[in-house]
Amino acid sequence: MKLFFALCFFLFAVAVSAQDLAPDAQVKKITNEVIEIIKRDKDIQAGNQKKINELVDAKVLPHFNFSRMTALAVGRNWPKASADQQKILTGEFRTLLVRTYSSALSTYKNQVIEFKPLRAAAADTDVMVRTQVKQAGTEPISIDYGMEKTPGGWKVYDVVVGGVSLVTNYRETFNAEIRDGGVDGLIKSLESKNRSLETPAGSKPK
Amino acid sequence: MMIILRRFFGLSLLAALVGLSGCATTGGTPGDPLEGYNRAMFGFNDGLDRAIIKPLASGYKTVMPEFARTGVTNFFANLGDLWIGVNNILQGKVGAGASDFGRFAMNTTVGILGLFDVASNAGLEKHNEDFGQTLGRWGVGSGAYVVLPILGPSDVRDGLSRLVVDWHGDPLWYVGNIPTRNELIGVRAVSDRAGLLDVSRMAEEAALDHYAYVRDAYLQRRRSLIHDGDGPSEANPPKTSDTGESKDTAARAGNELPPAQITTQWGERIVTSADEELTPAKEFSEAQAQPVAARQDTSGVTGSVYEPRIPFNYEALLAVSGELRTELARTSPRP
Repeated sequence: MKLFFALCFFLFAVAVSAQDLAPDAQVKKITNEVIEIIKRDKDIQAGNQKKINELVDAKVLPHFNFSRMTALAVGRNWPKASADQQKILTGEFRTLLVRTYSSALSTYKNQVIEFKPLRAAAADTDVMVRTQVKQAGTEPISIDYGMEKTPGGWKVYDVVVGGVSLVTNYRETFNAEIRDGGVDGLIKSLESKNRSLETPAGSKPK
Repeated sequence: MMIILRRFFGLSLLAALVGLSGCATTGGTPGDPLEGYNRAMFGFNDGLDRAIIKPLASGYKTVMPEFARTGVTNFFANLGDLWIGVNNILQGKVGAGASDFGRFAMNTTVGILGLFDVASNAGLEKHNEDFGQTLGRWGVGSGAYVVLPILGPSDVRDGLSRLVVDWHGDPLWYVGNIPTRNELIGVRAVSDRAGLLDVSRMAEEAALDHYAYVRDAYLQRRRSLIHDGDGPSEANPPKTSDTGESKDTAARAGNELPPAQITTQWGERIVTSADEELTPAKEFSEAQAQPVAARQDTSGVTGSVYEPRIPFNYEALLAVSGELRTELARTSPRP
């Protein structure tokens, strides 16, 4: 009987943490968790790519909606891609973004992160969660998360650093690639980009 | 030497603005008419950076302990606060300007000639302003994207501001002893570059096309800086009324509709606004005109209304174009 209650409680807790957390609370929770782990782990601070990837996979990626991110980056050409192409594009773009994000995480050095109050109505399903990285000597850099409500909870579809969207910043490039080589051309470029990034990292001792 | 260099910058910029507008057709990107020249200059700057500036900055970062580097950064940043304050006041942000002068006073005295940024800890945040942003705030459009020799990414407005106005507000240019002045400027350049090593590496890794990635990031960044990154829609600036909408539609479609309809939904929304929406430079130059119409548009529809922070001339603009505004409101399509 005790076990049953415990189980119920556990299921309830899981459901709550995934579904009912407000988007800003969710960002705060995840950011603080990730920072705590980085602070404790000397390997990550030294730039151990494998450990950083594990951290990002476990803590960060479940909260990202990569298909929406890819659609946003590709923009008006998205409908021109077949379902299969969209799937491949999403996979390749995901690899590229995750690498950038992981790379950024490893440069973290005890900066203070401030969470700004959410400016949104309770019924909104698409919000911008604002945070600021503070560091003496330079102006604070904003990191904002565009988030949408999905059946699986709030998901991040855009990350905006200092006013620069890491997603839509690709749009002109993607447009040009599609103009020159079609959707397959873009896929090819993304694939070769990802491969070129793999090689040096793979050859380095981990 | 510096004078000659500056002349050289000026001339190159003029060449870029006047001469090269003739061969504007070289680039394929609508928002970047000088793409041909820009790519060449970007390549030149990149080569120079790899050969000289980046190695210097990396060496500096390796040799100098972190607290010393922070001291150097703080020292130059402190001198910069004066001009930042002037620009904040020029933009009508008197409180922010006063805070900048307060920072300078506090850091120069308590912070020992600016080596320590005590003002930030005391709650006076550092700002990022320059004359290009002031002009932007006043409603001056950015003009074409231009890569300046050595100085790097810019646009017509910001480039001219930098070359003609900003250096007058830079205390280093008033150092009497020329060799000392040049050394200081050199040290500052290396220190600045050292601070950007991580960012530039990440941008290089992230970019499919390094030139375009830096260009689009520059344009987004400047747009955000002009509005001080404030307001619910700074992330996707003036086009918000369009893209914000289409994102919504797509999101809802993604959750509720079968795949076939997602694409049509998305496609229709995107295509209707595609061409104006996707050229950064144009988008930006229309920033002043758009909110007036967009406001009428969105107010009834979404929870968060795009309320841009527009400079003084906004009221004047409203007064003058009162009729135009109602006209726009009437004719603008209801979503």
